[in-house]
Amino acid sequence: MSKTIAQIRPAETGKAVVEVEGLSRTFDVSRPWLNRVLERDTRHFLRAVQDVSFEIARGETFALVGESGSGKSTVAKMVVGLLPPSRGAIRIDGLDMQSAQQAHAMRSLRRRIQMIFQDPFASLNPRWRVGRIIAEPIRAFSLEPDGKALERRVGELLSLVGLDPRDAKKYPHEFSGGQRQRICIARALASKPEFLVCDEPTSALDVSVQAQILNLMRDLQDEFALTYLFISHDLAVVRHMATRIGVMYLGRLVEVADAEALFRTPRHPYTRMLLDAVPDLAMTGTSRKQVEGEIPNPISPPPGCAFHPRCPLANDRCRSEQPQALAAGDAVVRCHAVEEGRG
Amino acid sequence: MSVPLLSVRDLHVEFPTRRGRLKAIDGVSFDLAPGEVLGMVGESGAGKSLTGAAVIGLLEPPGRIADGEIWLKGERIDNVSRKAMRQIRGRRIGMVFQDPLTSLNPLFTVGDQIVETIMTHLPVSAREARDRAVSLLEAVGIPAASKRLTAYPHQFSGGMRQRVVIALALCAEPELVIADEPTTALDVSVQAQIIDVLKELCSARGASVILITHDMGVIAETADRVAVMYSGRIAEIGPVAQVVKAPHHPYTVGLMGSIPSLTGSVDRLVQIPGSMPRLDAIPPGCAFNPRCPHAFERCRVERPEPMEMEGSRVACWLHEAGDEAQTVAEQGLAGRAGGER
Repeated sequence: MSKTIAQIRPAETGKAVVEVEGLSRTFDVSRPWLNRVLERDTRHFLRAVQDVSFEIARGETFALVGESGSGKSTVAKMVVGLLPPSRGAIRIDGLDMQSAQQAHAMRSLRRRIQMIFQDPFASLNPRWRVGRIIAEPIRAFSLEPDGKALERRVGELLSLVGLDPRDAKKYPHEFSGGQRQRICIARALASKPEFLVCDEPTSALDVSVQAQILNLMRDLQDEFALTYLFISHDLAVVRHMATRIGVMYLGRLVEVADAEALFRTPRHPYTRMLLDAVPDLAMTGTSRKQVEGEIPNPISPPPGCAFHPRCPLANDRCRSEQPQALAAGDAVVRCHAVEEGRG
Repeated sequence: MSVPLLSVRDLHVEFPTRRGRLKAIDGVSFDLAPGEVLGMVGESGAGKSLTGAAVIGLLEPPGRIADGEIWLKGERIDNVSRKAMRQIRGRRIGMVFQDPLTSLNPLFTVGDQIVETIMTHLPVSAREARDRAVSLLEAVGIPAASKRLTAYPHQFSGGMRQRVVIALALCAEPELVIADEPTTALDVSVQAQIIDVLKELCSARGASVILITHDMGVIAETADRVAVMYSGRIAEIGPVAQVVKAPHHPYTVGLMGSIPSLTGSVDRLVQIPGSMPRLDAIPPGCAFNPRCPHAFERCRVERPEPMEMEGSRVACWLHEAGDEAQTVAEQGLAGRAGGER
């Protein structure tokens, strides 16, 4: 067997900030005990994430793409520590996030990881002034000595994201969607983090506002050498932002490759299908390849490779055996067809 | 051109509020030829959904048509009685909404809903209506359609539900289908299928389509013509290739440049500063002037009306000046093309 994903180092040989190994998360979606007994039902589990491994180097943007239900947001939640994994390990700078003994170390680790959420309308407390919202992480980690310094820092953060320092006096409802996302970014930057997890940061925004936020995120990355884990379902946005991309399907990482390589030579049949399916401006007047089927129910996924019912290359082996993550050229792909050279 | 199927003339939609009347749509005019697909794009609040709602007579009160005319095949439909409008809606104009779960009744089977709609609008027997329902469900690509008639909406997946909604919109053979963000709630791989189904069925039946979406990619592939809306007005309307590849209005230029592309990666996306004005604070003159990189004195005082320009109609004063607009468009495109390999 050749190398697994975890053994393959990121393209830039910079030290990995984030190492995720064999990450899995299972949710119990069984009916209540009494119903199970009366109706002779068994327990049901939803495997949201299965055996996901990747590394992110310092200053890199690693993107996870996939359709709804593919488990990308669950990975994000586990990486920031909002959800404990069922199996597997997450190491930030070599420090394991699960080990409870290192509670003190965990605290300093939390300062260095922040998250930007999808919906800027739901992720800001409507009863707090913007200044207090942005100051909260600074207070929580006691990063500024006194109130004056805190106020100055909040002002700095607001101008950093393109807002006016006087906006600190206002409430979130006084801002538009794009401005709110800027506030979320200012809050995420308040604790001087090194690693930002962005879960669909622009999918609630209009395209022209999305462009502003994406440009801002790139500028901030250059200025503070931030590392991003960028979650999105929009391939064009991912192409614009990411240095490396992982494609998820039904809880598994089916392909990991450099952004350029993934768009130039997509290897996994699912990646190819996704790229074919996206309507693009350049496609005016041309017809697209027809895509078949929909994502199956994750509670009872098909045996073997989960993609086989939709895959044009599927054979008997695909229907029975789960493919391993193997190196194929400059990518890592989970596919029997690619391994056997049938693709 | 023959008689347009739909003709919207100087449409105004208002919302009376305590602080005065908000003009959500402020003088929109366009024609739609039989069998044509017209895309409507714009940011949220630009008025694209309201235009669709006004045409089909589903404006939510207190919103109302304050001025203008809507003609369907030479027949005026904006001032007819509610009863007459009900005859037109569903029969001559079908509608596909964004969220397939809320546009189907969860308490009735899919078959009941389609049969009911067919029998309301067409003089057919229950048996014929059922047969039509089956063939419609087959046409929209639902496998084992005759068995699925007795299924409830919750037993379908999102993509399948949207197919049912399309079948419902088409079941009385309407001349016009208004699809309001039909794929926004769906995943990309399913989105492509739904757009194909909608496009194929409408062209097979000769129905015109108004496709409302904020996704320029969908428009670029599907529509014949596209109308770009901004602050309740049409900024630019023209053949889709023209608007996408060589836009004239500075807003369209900015909008096209702000869309990340799959085919080439640019280092920075074109950024339109600021955001669309609120309805109660629309600036005088051209509504886009505070964000426009080329705004001059006239833009701040006088509102531009759509002007003919190489097959498009563009509401921008740069066009009166002539050459200048050409440069704007070229600059915008150069910025975009420069990033492509």
